[in-house]
Amino acid sequence: MIGIRNVSQVYRTRAGDVEALREVSLDVADGEFVAIVGRSGCGKSSLLRLVAGLQTATSGEITVAGTPIRGPRQDIGFMFQRPALLPWRSVIDNVMLPLEVFKVDRRVARTRAHELLDLVGLNGFDKRLPHELSGGMQQRVSLCRALIQQPRVLLMDEPFSALDALTRADLTVELQRLQMKHASTVLFVTHSVDEAVLLADRVVVLSPRPGRLRQIVEVDVARPRSLGHDGHSAALGELRARLHDLLMTTEEVTR
Amino acid sequence: MSVTQAPPARRDTAGRDTVRRIGQWSQHLPPVLGLAAAVALWWAVTVVFEVESFILPSPLQVAQTLVEDADYLWDNTLVTLWETLLGFLLAIVVGVPLALVVTASRMLERTVYPLLLMLNAVPKVAVAPLLVVWMGFGQFPKVFLVFLVCFFPIVISTAAGLSSTQADLVELGRSLKMNWWQTFRMIRMPAAVPQLFVGLKLAITLAVIGAVIAEFVGATEGLGYVIVASGASADTALAFAAMILLGVLSVVLFYLTAAVERFFVPWADRS
Repeated sequence: MIGIRNVSQVYRTRAGDVEALREVSLDVADGEFVAIVGRSGCGKSSLLRLVAGLQTATSGEITVAGTPIRGPRQDIGFMFQRPALLPWRSVIDNVMLPLEVFKVDRRVARTRAHELLDLVGLNGFDKRLPHELSGGMQQRVSLCRALIQQPRVLLMDEPFSALDALTRADLTVELQRLQMKHASTVLFVTHSVDEAVLLADRVVVLSPRPGRLRQIVEVDVARPRSLGHDGHSAALGELRARLHDLLMTTEEVTR
Repeated sequence: MSVTQAPPARRDTAGRDTVRRIGQWSQHLPPVLGLAAAVALWWAVTVVFEVESFILPSPLQVAQTLVEDADYLWDNTLVTLWETLLGFLLAIVVGVPLALVVTASRMLERTVYPLLLMLNAVPKVAVAPLLVVWMGFGQFPKVFLVFLVCFFPIVISTAAGLSSTQADLVELGRSLKMNWWQTFRMIRMPAAVPQLFVGLKLAITLAVIGAVIAEFVGATEGLGYVIVASGASADTALAFAAMILLGVLSVVLFYLTAAVERFFVPWADRS
């Protein structure tokens, strides 16, 4: 579904060129959930923005559903680190925004928005303004907005990183539930190993400066997963430890 | 258990209501106290120093004037109010589109801003007589002066609002392939409204001052004219009455603008 071929990204700054990504290649299958982890400065957000068409790679090619990325597309949904809700629009109008831009019939949009809000447990909040909601609820609305255009690919850029630990755990569970139900193709950037092992089919580890693909770790654990005392904690614990070591020993990678 | 718990709960909410009522009272108390203290001091000064009424009338004399000349003062208040509102609206109608134009192009911004700054630096008191020369003695030069005074803060604040849209909202627009017009209509314009109101609230207080300055020159009506005329006839109490009305007018217009803001942008100060 997503094909990333030898992608490099160099930012030109006043202090000289900064190499953010070097020769990264990755394939994401249809319905697969891939998490990208790495320390700050490993270019994981850059990679996601490249797939989203928000910026252009210095070299290499990215395709989604067989078509090269030339700019933002309707079949790609993007969820930001912050909710980025329009503060003057009600919850439902925020969720419907993409369909308004893509000129989808308003009634269809409304029905779909209500369904999504139901799905994330926000029915009854549709007429509220964003500032009346908690951070976790706002990010749920943001998720609905990313899903309403029914994207083939959902890109998530550290979507829960601005939330407190418990709300974050809540939303991770919720996202897992949605993923099990809809099996959408997701590329999920995070710096949280816990989120990665809970949600992903595969975890891609990037090493920093410049961002290179270090290793891909398969998470072969049945869903629903949990970090609590259930049957999977041992297997997940093992994977967490492995990822942790991979992330903490990046210095060993020769430049 | 629930039965024994119910009464304290009820007492609790009643207690909170009382607290809230006291809270509301204590909110209004400081301004009322401040005003009362100022009037008392004023009164004390006139009594203790036996000030002549044509130099400083006592609050009582001013109050009497307000009652006796109520019709005359009311008519002139309406004249000033009308000039103020017309000039203010004209400044919105011209200023907001100009802000749009200025923010649309960097070159236009650099062309227009120095001119605006110069225009704003000109003392409006100096312009008032010129306006009479150019536009005669009617209401139009007054409205125009109000317009001149309001124009600048409205343009500056609207332009600031339009060019300081939150980066993540702009990014959202980009990720949804919004074109220029969609980004403007759905994101940048509504995002600028709180800033616009900052300018409007500043402008409305200046507007009243502008109207009065204009009425000082070549006017036959309006509260500014009343102040000048009563000064000439040493009717200081009348001048004071007019000034008090101006103050009230200014405060009322300011809070009306703030109320309009709360109605249209209830989200403004919270996001």
